[in-house]
Amino acid sequence: MANSATKVEELIDREYEHGFFTDIEADALPPGLNEDVIRVISAKKEEPEFMLEWRLKAFRHWQTMREPQWQNVHYPAIDYQDIVYYSAPKAKADAPKSLDEVDPELLATYDKLGIPLHERERLAGVAVDAVFDSVSVATTFKEKLADVGIIFCSFSEAVREHPELVQKYLGSVVPYNDNFFAALNSAVFSDGSFCFIPKGVRSPMELSTYFRINAANTGQFERTLIVAEEGAHVSYLEGCTAPMRDENQLHAAVVELVALDDAEIKYSTVQNWYPGDKNGKGGIYNFVTKRGTCHRNAKISWTQVETGSAITWKYPSVILRGDNSVGEFYSVALTNNRQQADTGTKMIHIGKNTKSTILSKGISAGHGQNAYRGLVKVMKGADNARNFTQCDSLLIGDQCGAHTFPYMEVRNPTAQVEHEATTAKISEDQLFYCMQRGLSAEDAVSLIVSGFCKEVFKELPMEFAVEATKLLGVSLEGSVG
Amino acid sequence: MTNTPILEIEDLHAKVGDTPILRGIDLTINAGEVHAIMGPNGSGKSTLANVLAGREDYTVTGGSVRYRGKDLLDLSPEERAREGVFLAFQYPVEIPGVSNSYFLRTALNAVREHRGEDPIDAMDFLKLLKEKMKFVEMDPKFQNRAVNEGFSGGEKKRNEILQMAILEPTLAILDETDSGLDIDALRIVAEGVNALRTEDHAVLCVTHYQRLLNYLVPDHVHVLVDGRIARSGDKGLALELEEKGYAEFDRAASA
Repeated sequence: MANSATKVEELIDREYEHGFFTDIEADALPPGLNEDVIRVISAKKEEPEFMLEWRLKAFRHWQTMREPQWQNVHYPAIDYQDIVYYSAPKAKADAPKSLDEVDPELLATYDKLGIPLHERERLAGVAVDAVFDSVSVATTFKEKLADVGIIFCSFSEAVREHPELVQKYLGSVVPYNDNFFAALNSAVFSDGSFCFIPKGVRSPMELSTYFRINAANTGQFERTLIVAEEGAHVSYLEGCTAPMRDENQLHAAVVELVALDDAEIKYSTVQNWYPGDKNGKGGIYNFVTKRGTCHRNAKISWTQVETGSAITWKYPSVILRGDNSVGEFYSVALTNNRQQADTGTKMIHIGKNTKSTILSKGISAGHGQNAYRGLVKVMKGADNARNFTQCDSLLIGDQCGAHTFPYMEVRNPTAQVEHEATTAKISEDQLFYCMQRGLSAEDAVSLIVSGFCKEVFKELPMEFAVEATKLLGVSLEGSVG
Repeated sequence: MTNTPILEIEDLHAKVGDTPILRGIDLTINAGEVHAIMGPNGSGKSTLANVLAGREDYTVTGGSVRYRGKDLLDLSPEERAREGVFLAFQYPVEIPGVSNSYFLRTALNAVREHRGEDPIDAMDFLKLLKEKMKFVEMDPKFQNRAVNEGFSGGEKKRNEILQMAILEPTLAILDETDSGLDIDALRIVAEGVNALRTEDHAVLCVTHYQRLLNYLVPDHVHVLVDGRIARSGDKGLALELEEKGYAEFDRAASA
């Protein structure tokens, strides 16, 4: 059955469906980065002085930093002076005030992506803040959310309307000097989402952001800040796609989550950035810093399905600061063709009785390289901290790779840390068994992969579970949840 | 019984790697018939079962196989399955994370789609599954367990018979389904096969031992030795083999 590995490779080798380009006039800066560019971005956004100061501080620090080299990914050097740091769709008037004012072409693009912005359609019940290149186009459901005191808007708007909240929490979890990409983001981020759930409020719907990189040579540097006050609950969904281009595009986002006492934040991502072609040409470089802080009894849960990007570098983390706080990380990362992923999580146990769960499923196919990198750190005062980590890898074909880099630092003798790891291959026996029951080889692979990912998929909200399923080319009906 | 042939094998040769295993098999199975293939270890019994199902590790080097008038060897494994060829595996495979009921429904719908039928309604399927699980005396909890994962040997075999009962294949091939089974399980396997004993079905049962044939009375028994059918007869042949073993054939083969 020597040719079946090739067959499997062909099967998972699908054309990128979101690779269309929307021709919209854009208001963009020329490529390059210096203090003036930052001043222009800040001015275009009509930002208060503290924002500009913060950006400049970040930029000055970034210039002293070096790009990290430790990750298990390989790519040609990025020329940071060749990137456009600001690109916004040119609005006919100014920013749209309602959906009616949004450029119909843009709406058509979202339709193609399957994100109906219109409030009563498929996503009824989900408020979408759509980020198109660097500007948030429309935020739906805003008013309904405002009724319960929830602020859900673009980051720019938050800076203008709620500067005190932004100033209080921006950089409180991921400081401007945290790492190379976070510093770059802090200097140039053009938009993103802001979400504030006041004390005791449970968000009546799932909040959602959809990112899409449209213009060529544009870096997308969005920034998301979610603050859940005492006892607040929110579930937030983030989805990403980008058109097909031969050049590589840089995406360096920062997400900060703050869960105050007894609050709960569930953050789900389906990432389907353009992965590049079969030979590794083009594709998104996805260098993302995501981190949350849990105060007393709070809980933060990251769920991610990563199928896109040429390179993925991200480690959604939780700082378990408060006693009894809980951190979770559920991840499916698929690398195919020449894709490379170095992803995982960090769980930092500071408070007593803190708990963390890590469940990582890596799928490698083609020449894909998939690395799990995780840190579990238990500090001195974290009595009775508990962690459970499980990393499973599934290999499809014999040209791909799976790597696991678990780090553990335990400084408290009462802590309990467990790590389990498995590596499996889709076997010819499994394929033949399914095919003998009438499934095509393609459906057989999908079925086996879906089974492998089941534990993670069931953590996803409904809408995303459907999308994730489609993304993996899997019909999960009935076998998930 | 009518004499409509379901399977017609002529002078079939096959090899695994460079080793020839089947060296000229001739066999015709008519609708409504149950055939047993017996023979010593290494005689090619399982190879025959797998070649018919279309496993790629085996290369057909000569001869022909017609299935309901079609060239079976020309069909892909999944096409054979959708056309009603079912193999009960000697070593059923585990598929972690995929529930038994989902797997079965997917399989059934693949067959239905091939026949131009609509997918089965979820409620109707559950009803069918419940009924068939009762028939093979399987605990309902198995419907939500992952396919064969953590099943005992006997449970796996029973699960194969469950799949067979749901898919109702035109040609069921049992590859040593009886090995390692206790008496109760043997009886269930036999009942599963007997349920297919109608005008529209046929069964090829590969076995090393005669004991399954106590429950499942074959119409024809063939002894496979060294890749050829050395002798054919009725159920009496199976009893004779039980008594005398395969020694006589070993001598014949090595002579």
